[in-house]
Amino acid sequence: MATERVAKATGVRLFWATMWARAYPRMVGTFRERSWLFFETLLPVLAVSGYVFIYRAIQAPPAYTGFAVLGGAMTAFWLNVLWSMASQLYWDKDQGNLEIYVLAPGPLMAVLLGMAVGGMVMTGTRAAAILVICSWLFDVSYQVAQPLWLVAAFVLTMAALYGMGMLFASVFLVSGREAWHLSNLLQEPIYLVSGFYFPVKALGFWVATFASIIPLTLGLDAMRQLIFAGDSGLGFLPVPVELAVQLVLAVVFITAAYFALAKLEQIGREQGRLIERRR
Amino acid sequence: MSETPAIFTQNLGRVYKLRGPKKKGDPKTIVALTDINLTVARGELFGLLGPNGAGKTTLIKILTTLLLPTTGTARVLGWDVVHQAQEIRRRISMVSGGETSGYGLLTVEENLWMFARFYGLDSTIARQRIGEMLEVVGLADRRRSKISDLSTGLRQKMNFIRGFITDPDVVFLDEPTLGLDVTAARQVREFVREWMQAHPDRTVLLTTHYMAEADELCDRLAIIDKGRLLALDTPTHLKQRLRREAVFTLRVAPLGRRPLRREDMLEAVPGVRQVTVAEQDGATEIKLILDSEDALAGVLDHIHRRGSGLIALEKREPTLEDVFIDLVGRGLDVDTSVRAEEGD
Ligand SMILES: Nc1ncnc2c1ncn2[C@@H]1O[C@H](COP(=O)(O)OP(=O)(O)O)[C@@H](O)[C@H]1O
Ligand SMILES: [Mg+2]
Repeated sequence: MATERVAKATGVRLFWATMWARAYPRMVGTFRERSWLFFETLLPVLAVSGYVFIYRAIQAPPAYTGFAVLGGAMTAFWLNVLWSMASQLYWDKDQGNLEIYVLAPGPLMAVLLGMAVGGMVMTGTRAAAILVICSWLFDVSYQVAQPLWLVAAFVLTMAALYGMGMLFASVFLVSGREAWHLSNLLQEPIYLVSGFYFPVKALGFWVATFASIIPLTLGLDAMRQLIFAGDSGLGFLPVPVELAVQLVLAVVFITAAYFALAKLEQIGREQGRLIERRR
Repeated sequence: MSETPAIFTQNLGRVYKLRGPKKKGDPKTIVALTDINLTVARGELFGLLGPNGAGKTTLIKILTTLLLPTTGTARVLGWDVVHQAQEIRRRISMVSGGETSGYGLLTVEENLWMFARFYGLDSTIARQRIGEMLEVVGLADRRRSKISDLSTGLRQKMNFIRGFITDPDVVFLDEPTLGLDVTAARQVREFVREWMQAHPDRTVLLTTHYMAEADELCDRLAIIDKGRLLALDTPTHLKQRLRREAVFTLRVAPLGRRPLRREDMLEAVPGVRQVTVAEQDGATEIKLILDSEDALAGVLDHIHRRGSGLIALEKREPTLEDVFIDLVGRGLDVDTSVRAEEGD
């Protein structure tokens, strides 16, 4: 006797369902964890304030204030990628969720993308809050010349940044406990090298070029050029070049993430790493 | 199609390589499964009974495609676990007892919904099924609770029904009642039984180290120990193997220290097949499997010679525990897992 079956989506529809299902906890998390909202907004605002006061004390060009504010808002995304993307599969394994992800027919890539999309939405609220509060505090004025370019710059930056997070998720999982150390290690230097609080051009050509591997560096630089059109002389490279690099980074990171996931699953199944628990 | 068994394994084996720094002399590998040959038909509620470390979880992880075998083959619903994992994954589910999965921030309902969507269930249908099943296991009033506010028992119940929401053909339950209180464990068993009745073409494979659970629930059962399959039959048949022998429980005054020489031990009394001894409330409880009742006289004599005396004697119906003891010479409660040194 055959019993009735429940219909299940496959292919693209399954991918889509999986992605949004995984994004969901992050999106509702935006509202359920108000205390995070507070800290994740307040701390960057304080950091930005620090830079602004220094800039004012040393009489740096006024444009630097706006630069620091924008950079401060973007740190929210950087922290999100570091703590909630790169380390996420590692925590998920500890929690027992990774097994369920691998076991489910929904592709792992959709799970990762869902994490990214959810993270962007959640962090977007933090970034917006930081931007609004700091702009009001320090009376920043914006002069957006090409809004479409700005949208493109933001989207490409997000794609490259979260693509990197997706790649790191597998890498961190395999490297185990070192993941946490690496996260810690990366956080502060990147603030500096990526020019979160000042134009990256100030670091000199070679450091800036090297730092361009990190998707935020050029993305932020392009966005600054586009938002503070009056001060475009502080930009590192022409905006189209920067965006082209971002595009390449996005494609490379996301493709690499795909292969890293496949590899992760393979060695996980071979070595029993998907199932082991710390006892 | 229906002739393909739900589960089929042939000479299935798994060896774990141990990673990380090791002291000299520590083993480099652990043999978790050896030569497992198993066929489970569709519609069976099949049990794997064995102590901790027997290899039950390893077998489940191989069948659910989370782990590759190192030797032999395994098929689930006719699909190969190594090369056709995706086909298998669409049609099965797995839940482990003591699982801590899910996101604390989400409610019971939301967690289950998320997992259901990973299987491609329609959102509305998923919600409806979740509502129904929460009702059945008595979790309906907690559907809107964040799971971080749930006791571990309730959380485990939630994870348990996750295994059924996606309407699987084969459900793998790894020690589903582990750590649950008596009532919750009974509910879980009841749920499995009723689900099988309502879906006679589906299959459940569950592992347990509680013999009563295996006895009560399973149509057929495999006893495994140290990675080997020792017996495979219905619980009734397994117990019948001991029918001709005699199974006794004795309470005696404390027996004192175990004799040093093998020939002075209880095991050496003629006709004694298996002995387990436990100290209990100032007395010694002895479980005996004898070749026949005639051996009892020798046992009582032995006990007197050791300065003890009989308090109570009971002839019992054999249990699965006795079957296990008869097969391996120790009880099910002995942990046989090999522990690797922690790497860091
Ligand atoms: N990931 C792993 N790496 C190394 N050894 C393992 C791993 N998982 C289990 N083992 C070992 O394999 C044996 C069987 O374990 P397991 O399948 O978990 O047994 P059970 O589920 O019956 O308790 C045990 O000795 C255990 O220590
Ligand atoms: Mg186990």
